Amino acid sequence: MAERARRQRLIVGTVVGLAILGYLLWFPQQQAPADVRLWTTAIYFGIAAMGLNLLTGYNGQVSIGHGAFFGIGAYTTAILVNDHGWSLLATIPVAAALAFVVGVAVGIPALRVKGLYLALVTLGLAVVFPDLTKKFVRGVGGTNLVRVPSASLRPPEWMPGGLQPDQWGFYLALTISLALLGGVWLIVRGRFGRALIAVRDHEAAATTVGVDLARTKVLAFALSALYAGVAGALSVQVTGIANAEKIGTFNLSILFLVAVVIGGTATVFGPLIGGFLVVMIQEQTTDFVADPPFLSGFLSGKEVLSPAIFGIMLIVLMYFLPDGIVGGFRRLLRRILTRRQPAEPLGASVAP
Amino acid sequence: MSLLEVRSLRAGYGPVEVLRGIDFHVDEGEVVVILGANGSGKTTTLRALSGMVETSGEVVFDGRSIAGARPEQVAQAGVAHVPQGRGTVTDLTVEENLRLGAYTRRDKEVGTDLERWYEMFPRLAERRQQQAGGMSGGEQQMLAIARAMMARPRLVLLDEPSLGLAPLITQGLFRTLGDMNRDLGTSMLVVEQNATLALAIATRGYVLETGEIVVEGTATELAGNDDVRKAYLGI
Repeated sequence: MAERARRQRLIVGTVVGLAILGYLLWFPQQQAPADVRLWTTAIYFGIAAMGLNLLTGYNGQVSIGHGAFFGIGAYTTAILVNDHGWSLLATIPVAAALAFVVGVAVGIPALRVKGLYLALVTLGLAVVFPDLTKKFVRGVGGTNLVRVPSASLRPPEWMPGGLQPDQWGFYLALTISLALLGGVWLIVRGRFGRALIAVRDHEAAATTVGVDLARTKVLAFALSALYAGVAGALSVQVTGIANAEKIGTFNLSILFLVAVVIGGTATVFGPLIGGFLVVMIQEQTTDFVADPPFLSGFLSGKEVLSPAIFGIMLIVLMYFLPDGIVGGFRRLLRRILTRRQPAEPLGASVAP
Repeated sequence: MSLLEVRSLRAGYGPVEVLRGIDFHVDEGEVVVILGANGSGKTTTLRALSGMVETSGEVVFDGRSIAGARPEQVAQAGVAHVPQGRGTVTDLTVEENLRLGAYTRRDKEVGTDLERWYEMFPRLAERRQQQAGGMSGGEQQMLAIARAMMARPRLVLLDEPSLGLAPLITQGLFRTLGDMNRDLGTSMLVVEQNATLALAIATRGYVLETGEIVVEGTATELAGNDDVRKAYLGI
């Protein structure tokens, strides 16, 4: 019976997945460049959230500093393209590798702290990062903003179809996100994934079966940094710049975590959905410039209202879906499936 | 030479010394039981072997010193530990827990072993896709033991396997442990309060009192020893 349910789920999942993929492939052909860029942003947010989910969801290490790894990816790409004439595509593996290495470097001292203390340490990372870039990055007019030439955002010559930069960026982000999603899927179902969860749930049990705590935690940190770095590299394709402001890096770090939680922690697809929602809700609320009369004087204009709406939506979402979108969906599916299937005969599964 | 040779093992938590220099050994294929009252240092003995507490003294396993080794190194050397309270990973399914047990292995026979333990514990086979956290205490204990065996250990450390289980379940469990030792030849070091059951499957045993070994002998000797009978067998 469980076998049948699983097969049903697999079929439904494949159909839904192919439908979504078909829509996504078609999407950039029909939409305005601004919308395509928005969706590309949603995809790279999802990538960063997927990585953070490996660390926070599966391994139980909370980070509110992944905006810094995102920034490392963005700066690596922007500097290599702008100062050294690399093609943007070629910089992505470098951005990933550099973020990974820095992730190891941060992950090792992070071994000493857990839970809230780790959150504070990573917060420090997000706060320090913009200052470091101000000191070491020579960007436009001596600031830490690096802008890449617009020609570098065009698709490479071997790409057929006369794609616009926004369309190319979308397909690039989509392809990479699918590959990285596959990566998460393989990790979670494999030996390393079991070790991640064991370390999160029961450190002592994990070590007694031979799991090296330190190595597992550092590798989780570095992998999540790699995902954030790739997301940062892709952000350059969308915005044409790399930049780090004090609030910006911190804000990003929080948003990645929000994306993980509302999508569904420790689920494979949750962070992608969460990343999409975070970007879309933000976009919608930023457009919301109305100043309702009953609030006039208290809240004026979008600057105050949009974060407020975003916050209220988060609270409502968490109230109704405490285990995130994917968790809520699973519960719904289980309810539907169990209603349709006849109950097991009494006593069939009672202990002897 | 013994599989496990322990000499003047001391261990403790901070300033509190729990083990005051104990000597014991486990030979290949033996089931050795350590009896003792609460607080006598039974659990600490196993934790010391696994590298989970600060220790001093000699611990030689299979000819190699594992004194001061980290828990994962001890596991890699071939010692499996079934901790008190079972230590199943509640968010993983039964099957994932078992595969986790094979973490140190790189061979291709993990699937074969999985089937063997499902055969040994049919209850686990029925629940293979269920989350381990939803199972009864007895089932979790079976899972913890099967998971330890998935590593194909030479020695299994069992910390109070009967704790919190109904008498019938406990009897079945010890019978299974006896079978495992007989069929596979896996050596076992069992710490247990239920002396009757433990001595029934044991080759030899030690009695621990406030961190020191006070009596040692074969299982039959211990079962016949008047002091042991009074203190631990309730006869």
